[in-house]
Amino acid sequence: MAKNEKAGSDLVASTSVNSSVELGTAVVAPDSFENPGFPAHRERVTDLNPKKMKRAERAVYVLFYLSIVGSLFAIFAYMFFPIEDGDTTSIRLNTLFIGLGITLSLLALGIAAVHWGKAVMADKEGVDHRHPVRGNDETRARAVEIFKEADEESGFSRRTLIRNGLIAAIVAFPLPAIALFRGLAPMNVDPNNQMKYTMWKKGLRLTQDPTGTPIKASDLTIGSAFQVIPEGLVDLPEKEMLNAKAKAAVLLVRLKPEDLKWADPQREAWSYQGIVAYSKICTHVGCPVALYEQQTHHLLCPCHQSQFDITEQAKVIFGPAARPLPQLPITVDAEGYLVATSDFTEPVGPSFWERSK
Amino acid sequence: MRKKNVSSLKSGRRRPAVSAALLVLGLLVTGGAYAAFSASTASAEVDLQSQQVITEGQKLFAANCATCHGQQAQGTEAGPSLIGVGSAAVDFQVGTGRMPMQAQGPQAPEKPVQFTDEQVKALAAYVASLAPGPSIPTADQLVNGNVANGGELFRINCAMCHNVAGAGGALTEGKYAPELKSVEAVHVYEAMLTGPQNMPVFNDLNLTPEDKKDIIAYLEYNKNHPSVGGLELSSLGPVSEGLFIWIFGIGAIVGLTIWITAKSN
Repeated sequence: MAKNEKAGSDLVASTSVNSSVELGTAVVAPDSFENPGFPAHRERVTDLNPKKMKRAERAVYVLFYLSIVGSLFAIFAYMFFPIEDGDTTSIRLNTLFIGLGITLSLLALGIAAVHWGKAVMADKEGVDHRHPVRGNDETRARAVEIFKEADEESGFSRRTLIRNGLIAAIVAFPLPAIALFRGLAPMNVDPNNQMKYTMWKKGLRLTQDPTGTPIKASDLTIGSAFQVIPEGLVDLPEKEMLNAKAKAAVLLVRLKPEDLKWADPQREAWSYQGIVAYSKICTHVGCPVALYEQQTHHLLCPCHQSQFDITEQAKVIFGPAARPLPQLPITVDAEGYLVATSDFTEPVGPSFWERSK
Repeated sequence: MRKKNVSSLKSGRRRPAVSAALLVLGLLVTGGAYAAFSASTASAEVDLQSQQVITEGQKLFAANCATCHGQQAQGTEAGPSLIGVGSAAVDFQVGTGRMPMQAQGPQAPEKPVQFTDEQVKALAAYVASLAPGPSIPTADQLVNGNVANGGELFRINCAMCHNVAGAGGALTEGKYAPELKSVEAVHVYEAMLTGPQNMPVFNDLNLTPEDKKDIIAYLEYNKNHPSVGGLELSSLGPVSEGLFIWIFGIGAIVGLTIWITAKSN
């Protein structure tokens, strides 16, 4: 860094008189108080006492060597604490010791550099004056001239076919991105339908997550909560399975039938002897809602604390969710297994533009 | 020193340190004997079918529980009916100190157990005699589970409230799912079976006895194996981890910054 030898002695605003550049339209207001300049220079102990300087110097190079030790330690830690297959504690030792080695190496390096600068390097105050950014007229005129010459020599303005070709090529360049991004969306299906319908359909049995065991109505005692997936979900290929599960996951609970209040009397037929099934996908941003309190019959979403009251058709009673959880209409089949009577009658999960179309 | 010792021994007076040591020894022996004695009674087998035990339980019930649950355990305004809850529910609620409840509140917290193990079993025997219900699991129902399967079942059925590491979590309006690390296996089993307070019921048709065994095995595995990530910070996830890094990580950076910009003396 350039040092001004007249450190602090002439800390006054430079006037335009001596400067080679003009101040332009800048208003130079007189300072409201006089520049006090630098505080008096204070010698460090390392300046006054050669022994202290020696010690600081030693500290700096010892820290640099310590940094080398840290780096070597990390290498040895990698060699002597390898990650063994199937042994999770080995991962802990491996990351711990490699991390400690690298930490020591970097921290010692940094502290040494700062200590060097603070205690050993020359301690002098200096001033570098700011200057206006605007160049002088001569430079500016020359710059315009250069542009004109370049235009003349390249023929940018004269040879319009070349110029227009260049502009067209630059405009065309980002177009492939549109095709690429379109490719990320489902290709042969309508994304709206993907979001509006789930795997559930008439007659599909309710089965247990993760085994896929079908559930009988008699399996549920009062206060029971089952995590439910549709029949056949477990047989899908993994990627399809996960996509289907993300939409079709259902929470199945049994209450005393007299506890259930039906604002819409038709929906009582969607339950079976106090057994009700609600979508587990929060209508706020789609977190899985499964924190069920069997005495209060409240269902809590862990992400943003939306609460739904199962006794009142999963009405929102607290939190940011805007709509009740969609109910899955269920009944029992001839063998006593719980089955869906249709898909959800509205899209599950959070809102999207075309939701109500 | 030696001379002084000899003289103090001769004079027949004990030094204060010796008295203190004797006192500590005496307390240890008495306390140890008591602990050994009570431990031996705690492990005693209680026959839940015996009429004597049931009668004993009925007396305890009338004295300690009937105020809220009614003389015939039929339930009152203050407490639910206990007909058909089974011995498992009593062993869980009383055996973890949740009952008798100290005060009405959002939920009955775990507290020091108020009865001896024999008394708890007697109460359980009485309540079980009223109507059939889930019974206390036997010791072989709690061991030799499959940890991997237990982990999957725990994440599907339990982790949303109890946290994936069993560290517990908040519910609504002051209620909470307790942490599971310090809970005995038998109480975990009974809780799944009976659905205490706001916990849903996981009967044997939802989680089979084999599944329950697996879940217990997973919890035991978690208890006995330190976290691979090192310091767990109570396994509470982003809250405690974030606080730690904000306070100590950013604190260290602030400290270093002050040191870098401070003038060397």
